[in-house]
Amino acid sequence: MWEHLRDLFLTYESTLGYIGLNSLLALSVYATLSCGQLALSNAGFMAIGAYGATLLTLDAGASFPLALAGGVLLPAAVAVPLGLPVLRLRGVFLAIATIGFGEVVRLGLVNWDHVNGAQGIVAIPQKTSLWTIGLALAVVLFVLARLRGSKWGFALEAIRQDEPAARTMGIPTTAYKLAMLVLGAAIAGLAGGLEAHFTFMVAPNGFSFARVVDMLVFAVVGGTARFWGPVLGATFLTLLPEALRDLAPLVGIEPGPLRLAVNGLVLLGVILFLPNGLASLPDRLRARRRRAAPELAA
Amino acid sequence: MTALLAVERLERVFGGVRAVDGASFELREGEIHGLIGPNGAGKTTAINVISGLLRPTGGAVRLAGRGIHGLPPHRIAALGVARTFQNIRLFPDLSARDNVLVGAHLVRRASLAARLLVLPAAREEERGARARAGELLERIGLSARADDHARNLSYGEQRRVEIARALAAEPRLLLLDEPTAGMNPVEVQAVAALIRSVAAGGRSVLLIEHNVKLVMDVCDRITVLDFGKVIAEGPPAAVAKDPAVITAYLGSGT
Repeated sequence: MWEHLRDLFLTYESTLGYIGLNSLLALSVYATLSCGQLALSNAGFMAIGAYGATLLTLDAGASFPLALAGGVLLPAAVAVPLGLPVLRLRGVFLAIATIGFGEVVRLGLVNWDHVNGAQGIVAIPQKTSLWTIGLALAVVLFVLARLRGSKWGFALEAIRQDEPAARTMGIPTTAYKLAMLVLGAAIAGLAGGLEAHFTFMVAPNGFSFARVVDMLVFAVVGGTARFWGPVLGATFLTLLPEALRDLAPLVGIEPGPLRLAVNGLVLLGVILFLPNGLASLPDRLRARRRRAAPELAA
Repeated sequence: MTALLAVERLERVFGGVRAVDGASFELREGEIHGLIGPNGAGKTTAINVISGLLRPTGGAVRLAGRGIHGLPPHRIAALGVARTFQNIRLFPDLSARDNVLVGAHLVRRASLAARLLVLPAAREEERGARARAGELLERIGLSARADDHARNLSYGEQRRVEIARALAAEPRLLLLDEPTAGMNPVEVQAVAALIRSVAAGGRSVLLIEHNVKLVMDVCDRITVLDFGKVIAEGPPAAVAKDPAVITAYLGSGT
């Protein structure tokens, strides 16, 4: 009986933890998307944060808050020299350059003997609890919420919609884009440091291209017009495989591949039928009701 | 007294086309200055160079004596130059009010620390900015549409919101690129009154416009461009009689 309850809690804890971590990762991609930049360097930033925090814990014996702070500051510092040249690129070219950065980080780790190369580091002390993840998510959401309505929030929105016009309004667009890349790197690094001390292991293949695609899918499915959209997407897509777990044997597909297939289908469905993501659902329903209303009045 | 804006032998070449070809003119403080000429005369190119969206290939642009040519657009804006666009460039998914609030970027004095710590000062600042945006929308007669997305406004309404957005930056120099294109006569009259009130407030206006009557009515002085060169300059009445201007617009007749 107790054994079963404990198992249930452990499964539950890990899912809840991943809802929080994935939300943070989705928000890290949202940071740059909020000013119209498709940067896919966040798996790389996450890796730097995860390994940085891990080494601070294991090699330097740093306290957990200090290790996390290192995991935030290190990728943020790397984002500056990365951003200065690559943010001159637009659209898909920026995406390609930033994917390149992520791969360089991953391959660097694979070839770094001190961190056991491709095998990664195991037996990291588990220091991340659900409430640390919840607190981190709350802090990030609070910062993003406070930007709305401020001159900085409007500037980001303006850059996303028409960058040259924004510049003629006195908005230094390059500085803003760099600031959001750094913020995204900091959030991704935070998620990396938290995850390393949550699953007590880090390995380079956890930070592959597929990982950043996951982050992007969370953000796009949730919607990027509202800052809480990415959280919605991450929550939905983290819970979905749990719901599919029982379905997998019925359709005769392994849970892993089934998850990828369903994620792809959800993404396709959202792009086709709900281009602004799940977060736009309330607005859409309201608009539909308003369209129906005149007929009632007539 | 030095001019507020001095354009000196300005030149902008696109490949083999000399869009602006050594044009010079000056704007005084509080002056409404018309920039007219046939299609392709280089008017919009001149405004794009003044506002920094294009770099000049030669010549100079001085604002209150300081060279601003070659500076990035946001630096030029910070020195007090705001503009509208011939092909309206509002932020389509923002409301009319929020468009004006973007325009207020340079004049909003806010502290990020106050914002993140939810200090009363941050709330006051935002309230003040929204109130000023509301006043500007009232000034252009669009209070009722403040919360509508820019994309849902009529053509004339969008042009007026662009002017309000530019005024929100409290510029010393306002560049208007065909502000009445596509407007009905009533709207044109409203814009004429608006331009006069802007200049009465001490701001200078450089006005590109195809509506000749409007230009003659509101401008203190006019510069006429043709093939990138200045062919006439002076008060409206004198420019209207200038043979070179008549030839440029109507052809030589021989």
